[in-house]
Amino acid sequence: MADTDEPEKKRRRVVELTEKMVVDGGRDGGEWDGRWNHINMFLERPGPFTHPDFEPSTESLQFLLDTCKILVIGAGGLGCELLKDLALSGFRHIHVVDMDTIDVSNLNRQFLFRLKDVGRPKADIAADFINGRIPGCNVVPHFKKIQDFDESFYRQFHIIVCGLDSIIARRWMNGMLLSLLVYEDGVLDPSSIIPLIDGGTEGFKGNARVIFPGMTACIDCTLELYPPQINFPMCTIASMPRLPEHCVEYVRMLLWPKEKPFGDGVGLDADDPEHIQWVYQKSQERAAEFSITGITYRLTQGVVKRIIPAVASTNAVIAAACATEVFKIASSAYIPLNNYMVFNDVDGLYTYTFEAERKENCSACSQVPQDLYFSPSAKLQEVLDYLTENASLQMKSPAITATLEGKNKTLYLQTVASIEQRTRPNLSKSLKELGLLDGQELAVADVTTPQTVLFKLSFTS
Amino acid sequence: MAATKASKEQKYDRQLRLWGDHGQEELENAHVCLINSTASGTELLKNLVLPGIGSFTIVDGHKVSGEDVGNNFFLSNHSIGRNRAQAATELLQELNTDVSGNFVEESPDQLLDNDPEFFHRFTLVIGVQLPESTCLRLGSVLWNANVPFLVCRTYGLVGYMRLVVKEHTVIESHPDNALEDLRLDQPFAELKSHIQSYDLEGMGKKDHGHTPWIIIVAKYLEKWFSEHNSQLPKNYKEKEAFKQLIRQGILKNEKGTPEDEENFEEAIKNVNTALNPTKISSGVDDIFNGEQCNDITSQTPAFWLMTRAVREFVQNDGSGNLPVRGSIPDMIADSEKFINLQNVYREKAMQDASVVSKHVEALLQSVGKVFPFYVSCSMDSADGEMVLYLMLRSVDRFYQQHSRYPGVYNYQVEEDISKLKLCVNSLLQEYSLNVNVKDDYIHEFCRYGAAEPHTVASFLGGSAAQEAIKIITRQFVPFNNTFIYNAMSQTTATFQL
Repeated sequence: MADTDEPEKKRRRVVELTEKMVVDGGRDGGEWDGRWNHINMFLERPGPFTHPDFEPSTESLQFLLDTCKILVIGAGGLGCELLKDLALSGFRHIHVVDMDTIDVSNLNRQFLFRLKDVGRPKADIAADFINGRIPGCNVVPHFKKIQDFDESFYRQFHIIVCGLDSIIARRWMNGMLLSLLVYEDGVLDPSSIIPLIDGGTEGFKGNARVIFPGMTACIDCTLELYPPQINFPMCTIASMPRLPEHCVEYVRMLLWPKEKPFGDGVGLDADDPEHIQWVYQKSQERAAEFSITGITYRLTQGVVKRIIPAVASTNAVIAAACATEVFKIASSAYIPLNNYMVFNDVDGLYTYTFEAERKENCSACSQVPQDLYFSPSAKLQEVLDYLTENASLQMKSPAITATLEGKNKTLYLQTVASIEQRTRPNLSKSLKELGLLDGQELAVADVTTPQTVLFKLSFTS
Repeated sequence: MAATKASKEQKYDRQLRLWGDHGQEELENAHVCLINSTASGTELLKNLVLPGIGSFTIVDGHKVSGEDVGNNFFLSNHSIGRNRAQAATELLQELNTDVSGNFVEESPDQLLDNDPEFFHRFTLVIGVQLPESTCLRLGSVLWNANVPFLVCRTYGLVGYMRLVVKEHTVIESHPDNALEDLRLDQPFAELKSHIQSYDLEGMGKKDHGHTPWIIIVAKYLEKWFSEHNSQLPKNYKEKEAFKQLIRQGILKNEKGTPEDEENFEEAIKNVNTALNPTKISSGVDDIFNGEQCNDITSQTPAFWLMTRAVREFVQNDGSGNLPVRGSIPDMIADSEKFINLQNVYREKAMQDASVVSKHVEALLQSVGKVFPFYVSCSMDSADGEMVLYLMLRSVDRFYQQHSRYPGVYNYQVEEDISKLKLCVNSLLQEYSLNVNVKDDYIHEFCRYGAAEPHTVASFLGGSAAQEAIKIITRQFVPFNNTFIYNAMSQTTATFQL
């Protein structure tokens, strides 16, 4: 590419832009002329499509800047985008919660992080970057799990936006906001509602939804929409593998505990390249036994870490849609999305927008007591299986307690080893043997909800 | 060198799983041009820089304004007054040291006046927030130079994209839900003899329950053919009868109750799709009949050469069918049976691919070309949005007449409504469109004041960047050719104009 002409002199190659870079937007916190022009149109002008409650005013902007408090859950692919989008839409009081630290593989899309930040908490680095780049913005980071906070924390926010990568966490958040709802004489007090905007992405697919707890469909109402996790049957893994993935799962689940390649009690660390290398080699051996081809290091890592492919573009799209909804709700400028949008750009660009319906007997939001129908001779194990396998409940490790003879008794609890051992025999006892009566209330706790779910046990004959 | 390659593998791992190392290579060899570093442009570019585009050049003659900084993550208030291309390049470049950023402090119109061939060097040119006249001039230059042109704009709560490219060919389309290519209606010789090697009636219980469903369907199809004059089950009634036939084949225990044979259940479930007749789709036929496919010269691009070779295969070696795809879905079976069956399909696919390859060689020779050529065998009301498109065209008309967009200043909003309405009507008249554009939309577009809210720009930037990546990597199917995003309703539409 010969660059010899006159106009070429103006073309400069920008090289080595490191230390001298203006990464900080300047910590003035100051305003400048025209800063909020792009948003003011929507706050100060009347329009034909605005929300019925909307009143144009110059004060709306002040509300966004000075008063409105937003919580962003997650500072990863969606979180970074959300923080940028909200900061550039006039929001200044933003909190962000994320329990993770930065990994190299995040850098292809989590643009607030650099190579030097690897190992540091995502929430902290994200907050620093935004606060430095957007003068006046005050993002407060929390390097914590969402479960580390209680209602007093969540209650302070006007709107909560989630950019999570786990259904369990979503359900927990959903349950938390439902627990904040106040009912007076059976009527929901609207001021106790905190809207939840939820976004999710996977490769080239994503979705964005708006939830008004107690009013619209909640996360649990549409649990069946989430595709089930792929877990291969044990007999396939143990004796009849067909795919490379089966071979890797064999090594991970059966061979590693048997051979303990890095010592007694040393569990498989999916982030340790040496561990993955061992799994890779053993997977190749397994595959060779059955003439299966296709084992690569990348595939091995993908199976062990349950890696989901991800790119910047999908996260940008979904986060932007979510942030637009936050803006609409905070400013009353437009009627919010009602209530679910699905996006896919594998072939052209495809979106589908629909109203997800509330489930009449949703275990999370319907306030309808959940019924359990079992024969008195059914074993407790059957109840446990129902709680985990039923498509509308999908609990992970439920703990079941009941009031027997005036005392609160734990029938089964998995998450504490000593209690699990003590209560395990109960699983093979029948409900009658355990002293449970027809119409009895069972209280079930699980990671998928911050509150205990009450079930009514009805005996079938 | 090795260290950087390894760390790139780590950094780009999540996207390599989508477009592979070869897709990444295309990306890293690409040089894109962005015209106008407004928020829509910088957001788009960010989504190309992060995955490692080779290099970019921003062309922008504007100076950074306070308004620009307000909605743009890649402009700081310290750069107010400086050239916008330079300011944006600095902060975009900083995202990824693998990428080279360049800038040109001129307007595209100036370049088109003085040096239109400047644009020939790019893999793709992206024009953002361009006035219609510049768009048309640039479009013409790029069309003649065969450089793909992606037009993007954010206007209020509306996003818009238009793809302008003479021809774009895709081999790796990665279809989401393609039907399997099992050839059960016309089993090739090796498949036939493999099926024959099974004796369902004579098998032991364990083998019976672990026979792949493809074999089961094939066996029962033979029975059906003998009783139905070699005709496939055609309608619902016949398919149900066929499923019943298979169901009767499930082993029964001593008491006469059927055993739990999941492979037979799989066979029954798959009858509906497995018996689709093998044939060439009309889309593929159209490609085969294309001009480029008929006239092979020394200039013919690889895609058309390979397509012609496939057509030769269909006509001479495939008995009217395409080469076998070679993949089968996972199914219940023991390892040996599954792998053996999978290999029958795989080997046929490889055989067919090598025949196609020979055709390619012959074609190359016929035009005097002999170079290493790989055939890689991959053994996968309106109305809402249409109105928005018409409105965008109308505001362009307004700009032509008044040298500004409607409603930029508060006092203009009311008076511009009637002016914009005139533009709408003249547009509709010119194209003889019998469409009723409600006044509400005209008011709304005046209200927008040509604003570029960040969240809308970001949505568009994400969408457009992925389309750009599709063009560059030639993987996945790009949109064709006009896309509208409505942030008010969170809906989109794609039209072919």
